[in-house]
Amino acid sequence: MVYPHAAMDRSLLPAPLAAPRPAWLGLADGTVLAGYAAGGGTASGEVVFNTSMFGYQEMLTDPSYRGQILVLTTPHVGNVGVNADDRESARVWAEGVIVPDLSLVPSNWRAAGGLLETLAAQEVPVAWGFDTRALVLRLRESGALPGVLVCGGEPSPAEIAALVAGARGTDGRDLTREVACTEPYTWRDGPWRPPAASSEGAGRPGPRTPNPGPRVVVIDCGAKRSIFRELVGAGAEVIVMPPDATAAAVAAREPAGVVVSNGPGDPAAVAGVADTIAALLGRVPLLGICLGHQLLARALGGATYKLRFGHHGANHPVRDAATLGVWITSQNHNYAVDEGSLPAGVTVSMTNLTDGSVEGIRADGLGAEGIQFHPEAGPGPHDALGVFARFLARCRDGARGSGLGVRDEEDSRFSEPRTPNPEPRGGWGA
Amino acid sequence: MPRRDDLRSVCVLGAGPIRIGQACEFDYSGVQGVQALREEGLRVVLVNSNPATIMTDPERADATYVEPITAEVVTTILERERCDALLPTLGGQTALNVAVELAASGALERLGVRLLGASVDAIRTAEDRERFREAMRRAGLPVLPSVTVTSLARAGEAAEVVGFPAILRPSFTLGGTGAAMVYNRDEYRAAIATALAASPVGEVLVERSVEGWKEFELEVMRDRADTVVVVCSIENLDAMGVHTGDSITVAPALTLTDKEYQVLRDAAATCLRTVGVETGGANVQFAVHPGTGEWAVIEMNPRVSRSSALASKATGFPIARIAAKLALGYRLDEITNAITGSTPASFEPALDYVVVKVPRFAFEKFPGAADALGTSMKSVGEVMAIGAGFEEALLKAVRSLELGRAGLGAPPAVAALDDEALGWRVRVASPDRLWAVAEALRRGWPTEGVAELSRWDPWFVRRIAGLVVAEQAIAERGADDAGTLAAAKRLGFGDADLARLTGVAEEEVRRRRRTAGTVRRYRKVDTCAGEFAAATPYLYGGFGTLDEAPPRQRPAVVILGSGPVRIGQGIEFDACCVQAIAGLRARGREAVMVNCNPETVSTDWDAADRLYFEPLTLEEVLAVVEREQAEGVVAQFGGQTPLKLAKGLAAAGVRVLGTSPDAIDLAEDRERFAEVIRRLGLRQPAGETVTTLDEASAAASRLGYPVLVRPSYVLGGRGMEAVYRAADLASYWAREVVAAPEHPVLIDRFLERAVEIDVDALCDGRDVVICGVLEHIEEAGIHSGDSSCVFPSVSLPLEVTAEVRRIARLLARELGVVGLINLQLAVRDGAVYVLEANPRASRTVPFISKATGVAWASLAAEVACGASLAELGVGDGMPLGVAVKMPVFPFDRFPGVDPLPGPEMRSTGEVMGMADSFGEAYAKAALAAGLGLPLAGAVFLSVADADKPRATALAARLEELGLALLATQGTAAALGRDGIRARAVHKVSEGRPNVVDLMVNGEIQLVINTATGARAHRDGVAIRRGALEHRVPYIATVAGAFAAAEAIAALRRGTPEPRSLQAWAARAGAPGRNGHG
Repeated sequence: MVYPHAAMDRSLLPAPLAAPRPAWLGLADGTVLAGYAAGGGTASGEVVFNTSMFGYQEMLTDPSYRGQILVLTTPHVGNVGVNADDRESARVWAEGVIVPDLSLVPSNWRAAGGLLETLAAQEVPVAWGFDTRALVLRLRESGALPGVLVCGGEPSPAEIAALVAGARGTDGRDLTREVACTEPYTWRDGPWRPPAASSEGAGRPGPRTPNPGPRVVVIDCGAKRSIFRELVGAGAEVIVMPPDATAAAVAAREPAGVVVSNGPGDPAAVAGVADTIAALLGRVPLLGICLGHQLLARALGGATYKLRFGHHGANHPVRDAATLGVWITSQNHNYAVDEGSLPAGVTVSMTNLTDGSVEGIRADGLGAEGIQFHPEAGPGPHDALGVFARFLARCRDGARGSGLGVRDEEDSRFSEPRTPNPEPRGGWGA
Repeated sequence: MPRRDDLRSVCVLGAGPIRIGQACEFDYSGVQGVQALREEGLRVVLVNSNPATIMTDPERADATYVEPITAEVVTTILERERCDALLPTLGGQTALNVAVELAASGALERLGVRLLGASVDAIRTAEDRERFREAMRRAGLPVLPSVTVTSLARAGEAAEVVGFPAILRPSFTLGGTGAAMVYNRDEYRAAIATALAASPVGEVLVERSVEGWKEFELEVMRDRADTVVVVCSIENLDAMGVHTGDSITVAPALTLTDKEYQVLRDAAATCLRTVGVETGGANVQFAVHPGTGEWAVIEMNPRVSRSSALASKATGFPIARIAAKLALGYRLDEITNAITGSTPASFEPALDYVVVKVPRFAFEKFPGAADALGTSMKSVGEVMAIGAGFEEALLKAVRSLELGRAGLGAPPAVAALDDEALGWRVRVASPDRLWAVAEALRRGWPTEGVAELSRWDPWFVRRIAGLVVAEQAIAERGADDAGTLAAAKRLGFGDADLARLTGVAEEEVRRRRRTAGTVRRYRKVDTCAGEFAAATPYLYGGFGTLDEAPPRQRPAVVILGSGPVRIGQGIEFDACCVQAIAGLRARGREAVMVNCNPETVSTDWDAADRLYFEPLTLEEVLAVVEREQAEGVVAQFGGQTPLKLAKGLAAAGVRVLGTSPDAIDLAEDRERFAEVIRRLGLRQPAGETVTTLDEASAAASRLGYPVLVRPSYVLGGRGMEAVYRAADLASYWAREVVAAPEHPVLIDRFLERAVEIDVDALCDGRDVVICGVLEHIEEAGIHSGDSSCVFPSVSLPLEVTAEVRRIARLLARELGVVGLINLQLAVRDGAVYVLEANPRASRTVPFISKATGVAWASLAAEVACGASLAELGVGDGMPLGVAVKMPVFPFDRFPGVDPLPGPEMRSTGEVMGMADSFGEAYAKAALAAGLGLPLAGAVFLSVADADKPRATALAARLEELGLALLATQGTAAALGRDGIRARAVHKVSEGRPNVVDLMVNGEIQLVINTATGARAHRDGVAIRRGALEHRVPYIATVAGAFAAAEAIAALRRGTPEPRSLQAWAARAGAPGRNGHG
């Protein structure tokens, strides 16, 4: 109850008072902003912001952030540390990180380490003390800009300008090969489950994996692990294959369905994957997520374009055209599918309610579906988890989406509380 | 899904008087809801007994019933107004209870009235613990095991089911008394018997204890298409075991990973679906084990709540407004987010700032009540602050509390604690815990140790430790270092904190940091962390690089709000502020609101033209005035808070519109005011100012006992007491004066048995109109805020009221009032004494506004902007009927406290009853205040000796009304001498069966118990507490008892008819131009 009097621990002095080292962010429009450095080093890439209040570890390890400097707007980052379960890939992919405030000591029962150590170990520059809101408002006006984050040292304005001149955006870049796997492998883990407080209500089933469940090949363009986990959770056997995998190689695995994953960069620049998709179309049920959705659109003959500053957050409302149901979704993309470019037979199935952009497409005759946002969440709401069960239902029914509107007994799993929508809305072709 | 088109007229229920746990947040939600319904072309019928609300301003609804919110009254109104639907989810527990009653009685079905917002089934499932747990279990959500035990025989099984640690809660005990925590079987066996005995119904809820677990709340909305959005996550700093209303809370949640947060989000959605909240808002509370992540659903409220008001202000997402639209059948995606003006309401706000709420308490008004916090809410108000990070938000919130001290510096009571006592203060939640934690850290206690003791998450403790270390660093570096000042400002330190730490004057700190470019800039609260452009100027200050305050079209006037609700400065002042906004607009000004209270209408983002959610400190107000280049500030509507700022603002060169700071000082400075009274030839009770007990004793002897003593510059009669003897003066001095040695003490001759009067008047500097003259029903000695009032006066001779009016006109003019002034007067033996003058809107202004149909505060704002009364065409207020105002008290929250009204204000709220006669009006007010006057049965009389002469007439009247008379020995004897027979009953000290036994047995329907002076007899306390605890109505003054007798007589003639304010106005004939028109 009582502790001895002692001098206060000076290491607790708040960072602004502790003679912080400066950091600079140079943007392609000539702006240079000042903040403070937590780690060292220099990062170069497209500067984008994410407004999600939770899940910094998931965001930083999302391969889709390759080539980007990520600005987080949530006021405190690092507060819950890092842990093994929340990694969306094996490493941090964002080129650099800018946060309003960085907590050095985490507080969370799952924390296995601090964020700064993780970033430092991977030499990812991290800065704090920038007016991130001012930065967001600038990016909102100017659109995503290439930029350079310099942490530490004393670069002259000319040196910063030179670095900025070398910074590249993501346009025209195929970054998938930099982040994706190079060899096929099998994924077995299901989604993370929370411990419940008591025996009451605890008797819920864990992830049921019918053995063998429908086999799904995920073409990894920079996939988040949550996609694999949710597929397993929905009952699939998951085989991950690299983006270079040919249609023949995929087919050789005899999958009941194929998922094309999210990933970084410009869909127009991604080599090969759209061709692979085109070769598989109609032969096996297909689901494209994020970049995979954009590549599916391209494979179907549609076009993609760059959004002004992209969608990065965990609060984007998306409306299903068939049911008029609304999902709050997790999003992370700079490019979108051009609705006007879609050929006959391809319909827009979901729309973003904030800007009307395309959030989902369907090619019913070909059994293919594309989803722009992240139904797997990680981070973000679980509203759209039903997408995976719906996809697996199609897989079980075979190619060409012949199982229109069919639900099987597996759907009972969705009375589980972690899936808020008891039934996947707008069943395929419903 | 367009809105349902089967509705024409909707009845909205308010929450009634402000009580602890049900405060002005329901004015805010009602105002939003009513507005949202009227936008849809619906006729809105509003019922709320609380006149000090904006929602009851007659222009807000189509028919406004300031009537008791009871099933019977509401039924009559539904029938008369031919309502199609009833919306009970905006009016707190009061409204929900009435809705359930109306459904159960079949009234809704009989009248064809549909229930909107929540079904009766959903309400019952959410409220009934067993049903709720069963529903959660069915949905697969974890809940805490609990079992209701009614006999020792079955107690053993309960322990097996529940497990340990467990908490035993006896049912139906007041304020959670008799609850016990047990950690093992032996302790359980010992405690269960005691707990069963403690419950009047022999029932104990045995529940698994999660004390020390973290508490989170999610504010959730759902529409008919089953879209669910989480508006806000809130993390309680205090762990489970402290009522969330009493806890410091933080938004967004800061110690959850996304995976954990999504578990709660999913569970919240499932909870709404399971309970059956088809549309609208709800609040779901969770407990999470800090070490293992185990979690459970604790409870949910299927309605708009205090937390949803906080969530609305914290995010900019207008929950009540949207809930009302959803109730009409709209989907979330069909409603536009009014903050951005472009995105849909089917959206989850993203915060790029931290919000901290800190409650404000009033334990000092309830001596004898322990200030430990638990599961029964005790706070009377709260503040919210918005900062770039937790530290800034916390320090801003602390400043907003107006505790008379800045920052985390230990108040004397905490600094003086030895380590052992400090450890307890850290461990046991109390209003001081934040400062105790800071003090422990200051003494070098390890952060983990403090976290373990307080059960605050180590993250928060470390951040607070950081601030304590920062204080030391700032003190060492001094005010010369611009870098230090800049960093300190970014962390949230106020100029006053920095002045305290560096020993440099506050103005000088401000000058230095501003010279160095460290100036406050303003950011928008926009629901989206900047992702979309926001159309609404809802702003908060900080020290970033960006300033988003938009350019202005018209000259701006800053209106200062009233800060946290406290006893003595309540919602009335917020109602005045909001009315004043209309006045400023009428004069072509942009109204710029500054306030820090999340519960209020004034801090709704569309109440004023722009809102600065900022602490009401000189520093922060000056910054707003400067940023807005405001023409001036109005300081007369927010009570004492802005009035105290007026002088400093004027000194800094800010124009105070309306009554000048010097005129304020003239009224508030005792010496100067006495001079004014002398000059005008008016009377004041003789008084003196003293600083020592010796001086006080001498003064009291000169003045003659009884005397009224109080510390200077107080609000709500804080520390005020009527002292009858020299010995009592000494004990008063020991109790009250040590706390504030720097202030002198005022001693006045106490005018015993005088009739007190409140007058509100409006003056433009030349002409004066009298808004109203209120007669107090209880005599002098009871704080004006705690006495019932009637308007117009029912007992004063005409020459006295004429004299009162003359004095009011004279004083308003002489003081140089431009705007409102409130006078408190006392009448004894035909002579009128001036007790005090407050040159500002008073707590009676909203009541007078309702009773006269004139928006006085709005007119006052126009006057402050330079309009003359002649120009406005305003005359003296004319009563629309007989109106009675009655206070409600929070004594049931404070076990052991004597519920005897006195010179110190302790009521939290008020109700109004308006009728054609005094008896009817008083009956309505009593019903609305929960004072159930009996039409039959027995009344128990126990009056002080001084009251005995009048007791006879009272007893005779009660007997005439058919009530049986019971009395104490003494009172019965006194009555007997006058030929009135009352059955004598034992006092508690006289043996059994005694009066309390009779109350328990339901043999007493009304208690009349009066006492003399502060020294309440122990038997008197037992009678009053007994009445309180056994819910027997009690009256503490003879005057009040006479009024009650009139009300009973009126009730025996029949239930008074409800009548809307609009109908009252029409009956009185169209009034002249006024703010309501």
